[in-house]
Amino acid sequence: MQGLGINILFKGINFQRLLGGLWVTLRLALITIGLSCVFGFLFSLLTLSKNRWAKAVSRLWLEIVRFMPQLVLLYIVYFGFARLFGWDVDGETSAVIVFTFWGTAEMGDLIRGSLTSIPRHQTESAAALGLTQGQIYLHVLIPQTLRRLTPQAINLCTRIIKTTALVKMINVTEVLKVGQQIIGQFYRQPDAAFWVYFVIFLLYFLVCWPISALSRMLEKRWA
Amino acid sequence: MTDAILRVQDIRKSFDGNGVLQGVSLDIREGEVVVIVGPSGCGKSTLLRCINGLEAIDSGEIWLRDEKISGQTKNLHLVRQKIGMVFQSYDLFPHMKVMDNLLLGPTKALNRPRQEAEAEALEMLDRVGLKEKAYVFPRTLSGGQKQRVALVRAMLMKPEILLLDEITAALDPEMVSEVLNVVIDLANSGMTMAIVTHEMRFAEAVADRVVFIEDGLIVEEAPPEVFFHAPSTERAQRFLQSFTYTSRRRP
Repeated sequence: MQGLGINILFKGINFQRLLGGLWVTLRLALITIGLSCVFGFLFSLLTLSKNRWAKAVSRLWLEIVRFMPQLVLLYIVYFGFARLFGWDVDGETSAVIVFTFWGTAEMGDLIRGSLTSIPRHQTESAAALGLTQGQIYLHVLIPQTLRRLTPQAINLCTRIIKTTALVKMINVTEVLKVGQQIIGQFYRQPDAAFWVYFVIFLLYFLVCWPISALSRMLEKRWA
Repeated sequence: MTDAILRVQDIRKSFDGNGVLQGVSLDIREGEVVVIVGPSGCGKSTLLRCINGLEAIDSGEIWLRDEKISGQTKNLHLVRQKIGMVFQSYDLFPHMKVMDNLLLGPTKALNRPRQEAEAEALEMLDRVGLKEKAYVFPRTLSGGQKQRVALVRAMLMKPEILLLDEITAALDPEMVSEVLNVVIDLANSGMTMAIVTHEMRFAEAVADRVVFIEDGLIVEEAPPEVFFHAPSTERAQRFLQSFTYTSRRRP
């Protein structure tokens, strides 16, 4: 069987299957990013709290997330919790739990960093104008926090999208897994692996590149 | 003195056991310009920050007309609407154009209609020579221009009194006068002001009264012509001497 391996992508519904896998990847990433933004905001309140315990919990949480490989966390939730507590969580739910646990801490830390990097004088001159605490946040602090946050948050989003590739290890059929299935079917086509993985690479690029271009555009506009 | 609009009565403030203000009393009359001078760390900036409620005082009282403004926490923003303050580092809001910086207070804190406030803002900008900068971002302005915008921003709130905290300390020397001339204009238009500054010539030109603070206490209070030429206390004399130099090429 001679010929370009790329042709197998156009056989039957192979390409559609890949796109289906990509949708699983994206759905997972979108849910995770959405939840991480919401919980990350709450996490930042925890880190900014004056309460010692709240601070300690957030500190510990962040350290765990930083030093523990995501794959280990996935195994703990998917395999460990099932045995330990008798939970029957499917792969995708486990992935959302683990990635949100990770994204929450990192997003929360980014929000904290952006907010606290705004000079204290900004708050004071807004206060001197007679604005209320709420108005100071709404008109002065939050807009500036978002500007500082955007590049880093987008970077985190692309990292989350890329890291979802790990979920194939806990039996979630996302784009990479679909690719491997296709390669498996065409094992007699020696260059199939190259082309399939190359197309997957392109798909990731097409997803992540516009996001980071948007970030660069916003940075330029706000500079 | 019954015609004082601001009365500071025996206020004390310490940071970590360090007495920065150790019983300061000061009355400011309507239309009066009081310049506060003194060595670094003497408490003069803290005094302004306490008046505006940015620092809570430990004891004493501060009155604005018939209202006791110290010890308030709930309606502090209402008090601050009547007391303008400009800082050393100008602190325009970098994400807003000059006009939006100017209108934030009038439209959000005072709920004035935007159009009316905008017309007034343009007029004030024109007075300080910055009308053509109304719709640019602050980052395109020089330090002196930023500080003039900050002055206009404070004035648009129509404060009863304006507090200026070393507003030229961060500026290049050639920009100092463009800012201080605006302040002298404000003084001439009858604005009540309390000014902390290191610019002694400006102090002498603008002040109705000079207050010299050292180690958290008012050491001397006098009209500028007296304070700068015949200070009565030895400490004020020593302070003023630090601004003069003797030439090394003496015959």
